[in-house]
Amino acid sequence: MLDNLLVLFQAPVLNIQLLLDGVLIGSIFAMAAYGLALVWGVMNVKNLAQGDFVIMGGYVAYMFTTWDIHPIYALPVAFIGMFAFGWLVYITIIRRVIDKELFTSLLATFGLAILLQQALNLIFGSDVQTADSGFDTRFLFGGMVSIAEIKFVALVLAVSLSACVVLFMKRSRMGQAIRATAQDARAARVLGINTDRVYAFTFALNCAICGAAGVLIAMIWVIQPYFGVVYSIRSFVIVTIAGLGNLAAVIVTALGLGAAEQFSAFIFGAEFQVASVVCMLIAVLIWRQIQQARKREVVE
Amino acid sequence: MKASVVALYAGILIAGIVAPLVIPNYTFQVAVLWMMILFALTWDIAGGQMGYNSLGNILFFGAGMYISAVVQISMGYDVSEYTAAFGAIKIDFTDTQYFTGLFLGVAAAAIGGVVCALLLGLAVFGLRGPYFAIGTLGCALAAAELVAGWDYVGGGGGISMPVFPGDPDVRSKFFYYMCFALAIATFAFLKWLYSTRFGLAINAIRDNENKAEAMGVHTKRYKMVAWSIAAFFLGMIGAVFGNMVGFVEPLEVAFPTITFGIFMVAMALLGGKGTLWGPVLGATLFHVVKEVTWTYLLGWQWVALGAIIVINVVYFQQGILGWAADKWPEKFGVTVERDEDPDEGDGQRQAQPREATS
Amino acid sequence: MSALIDVRGVSKSFGGVVANRDVSLSVPDGGITGLIGPNGSGKTTLFNSIVGTHPVDDGSIAFMGQEITTFSVQKIARLGLLRTFQQTHIYGQMNCVQNMLISIPHRRERPATMFTRFPASVYGRADELLEFVGLYSKRKLLAGDLSFGQQKLLEFAMALMNEPRVLLLDEPTAGINPTLINGLIDRLKRANKELGITLFVIEHNMRVIMNLADHIYCLAHGELLAQGAPQDVQNNQLVIDAYLGAH
Repeated sequence: MLDNLLVLFQAPVLNIQLLLDGVLIGSIFAMAAYGLALVWGVMNVKNLAQGDFVIMGGYVAYMFTTWDIHPIYALPVAFIGMFAFGWLVYITIIRRVIDKELFTSLLATFGLAILLQQALNLIFGSDVQTADSGFDTRFLFGGMVSIAEIKFVALVLAVSLSACVVLFMKRSRMGQAIRATAQDARAARVLGINTDRVYAFTFALNCAICGAAGVLIAMIWVIQPYFGVVYSIRSFVIVTIAGLGNLAAVIVTALGLGAAEQFSAFIFGAEFQVASVVCMLIAVLIWRQIQQARKREVVE
Repeated sequence: MKASVVALYAGILIAGIVAPLVIPNYTFQVAVLWMMILFALTWDIAGGQMGYNSLGNILFFGAGMYISAVVQISMGYDVSEYTAAFGAIKIDFTDTQYFTGLFLGVAAAAIGGVVCALLLGLAVFGLRGPYFAIGTLGCALAAAELVAGWDYVGGGGGISMPVFPGDPDVRSKFFYYMCFALAIATFAFLKWLYSTRFGLAINAIRDNENKAEAMGVHTKRYKMVAWSIAAFFLGMIGAVFGNMVGFVEPLEVAFPTITFGIFMVAMALLGGKGTLWGPVLGATLFHVVKEVTWTYLLGWQWVALGAIIVINVVYFQQGILGWAADKWPEKFGVTVERDEDPDEGDGQRQAQPREATS
Repeated sequence: MSALIDVRGVSKSFGGVVANRDVSLSVPDGGITGLIGPNGSGKTTLFNSIVGTHPVDDGSIAFMGQEITTFSVQKIARLGLLRTFQQTHIYGQMNCVQNMLISIPHRRERPATMFTRFPASVYGRADELLEFVGLYSKRKLLAGDLSFGQQKLLEFAMALMNEPRVLLLDEPTAGINPTLINGLIDRLKRANKELGITLFVIEHNMRVIMNLADHIYCLAHGELLAQGAPQDVQNNQLVIDAYLGAH
């Protein structure tokens, strides 16, 4: 471990590699985190199945490669497919747990997460998969830093998709309805907004965003049925640090988390992926507790 | 005690004692049933009774398992040498060595569990609701990975446990009775605990922690002790289970977070959280149904279990006993008013005024 | 009478909103002190500051001569400074008797006593106090099933059970059927005289507070506007203007 740390000091270029990789993948984390914050802010549902929606999207991309279609075409398909899936999940599960106590919605989504993980495992097996996109690798800094072109493509796609979503939230009628409901559901209802529709749409949109993120992840990294929970925890870490309302903060935090993970994987080893994300989660929660304790509030 | 209650206790005790003699082929499954009952009961201490829903209690189970393994092996061998040999070293214990090791191991597991609970509690008991749940979940998930990377305890490959000195039939009965004894001990302990002021205090924390604090209750103390009690029993059953299986491995055996870790919660909810018999009922029902339908579901068992959890949480939140208590409240010691007495109180339901800013 | 609670120059803001500005008052030992003021004048905020719910931006609060400004809610409660809430806070899934039992003074609780049962004397005291507030016949009902007014009475009884030195009551008569308010005033006076509990009461109902208090403070816009004997405060032009809205 210390040896790895020393290498970082001896070859500064390596830091750039890790940072770059981290930022590129962090942009995709930001998507999942934004979706989580959306559902949390609008319906006060903490979705523990978030990561599993991402993995599902990834498997859509994987399936495309098995059919010899380029996975990039999986992006719109996954988006629409997961939107429909999210709507279905809302009607059958989420709608009934919105008004109940908070642990109910958490456990319901976690039960769903387990269901999805096990179903994916059954269908696709437990090997890690990737959606080969056939892009090249570029080299910078005289060959010391390598960037897979696909990662850039993924970044561009992530940014464009996110921009579309944000624009939608700001300009469209539904977007306005969502924001109104998030602020005061009762008032929105009184003013004629069908809050049930809004909730369904929000949850479905979140699912779609995750699906799209999943396609990108499958192209630049790997997916596996049980990786979902790590993405869920990642999204929670980001939202806990950045708060619910601040998109810029979510993006910055997500990029930072991506970079932190790359460095941690390099120093401590890639087999501690879950442990390092969890350590960050615990660190954030402890920091939040200390912060809140000064105001004599609790973290809830 | 009423005669029917005595009969119930006697019936269960007798059934538990004779089970391995009457249905010897199912000894292991019934032993696991007692373990599941213990799982549900211990989860409910901090969960249903105190309102701190942990998704990571399995951590204490796994910790106890590993602690016991290390203690037992170190009775005669150097642990790191043993694990580095990947099974090349065969453990040869005398009967005394084995049993001393076993009992010391179980004791160490209990203490180790409590230490874990106290340390973790310092980190997570400042959190409420979903943060507590996610924080504990994360801890359990991380524990599996961290232990899998720790060569001293065999890393991802795991540790082989010392072999029980005796034929398989005696062995299975021995560990069965250990599980049975632990489950009974947990139930008896909790029955007593919930009748003391401790029980009322943790219920108060569940119902309104802010109020409890504002009334001067030592909430931090109660939270730590409650979780430590759960960890105490979980550590011990972990040690026993590790010996039963004969092989301790981090992901599937010691820290099965998304399976047994969640079953704990599901069973308590199914039977009715916050009651003494609810977890027992839920665990029994869950385990029996699971065992009976397992072979018929051909690979879809885990999916079905996930579905059951979702259905239970969404449609049947209060669990069996909760539903029964709603229907027949008097049978559960809850007094419900039939007529409004015009002379007492203000005799009418009034809407709560919004908290005015004054 | 010496000051039981001594508030000096306390200020508290929430974001940009100044809830309390440089408020100084003292609650004398043994009496009943009132706190009035129009909505938004910072009364509940002041209560919250005193009992430690949030830290104050400026100033000091002393209880029985001891500086409590940085103490936690539990610590202050164990010292004998208790408050009730506008919206009732009780333990909904436990019955009234259990609510009372868990409200014993926890300053006397040691780690060893955690696992004991409540002695019969505590049960007796709980019954006494439930009788005192008129909830004895309802004592086996779940607290969550009581009506709002009954919950208020239960909360009051729980506070008495805690044997406080001083009780801060936040609008004790709000939401109570007018015909029962006299009974409540009577019980408050008896709690003060017989049990020796100092009271500090926020009230909107003028009839109640004029009847009850020895000394009254009036807040407006987060500042102390006037203070004095009930009659004087009632006739104070500044106070009348504040309530009627002349700025």
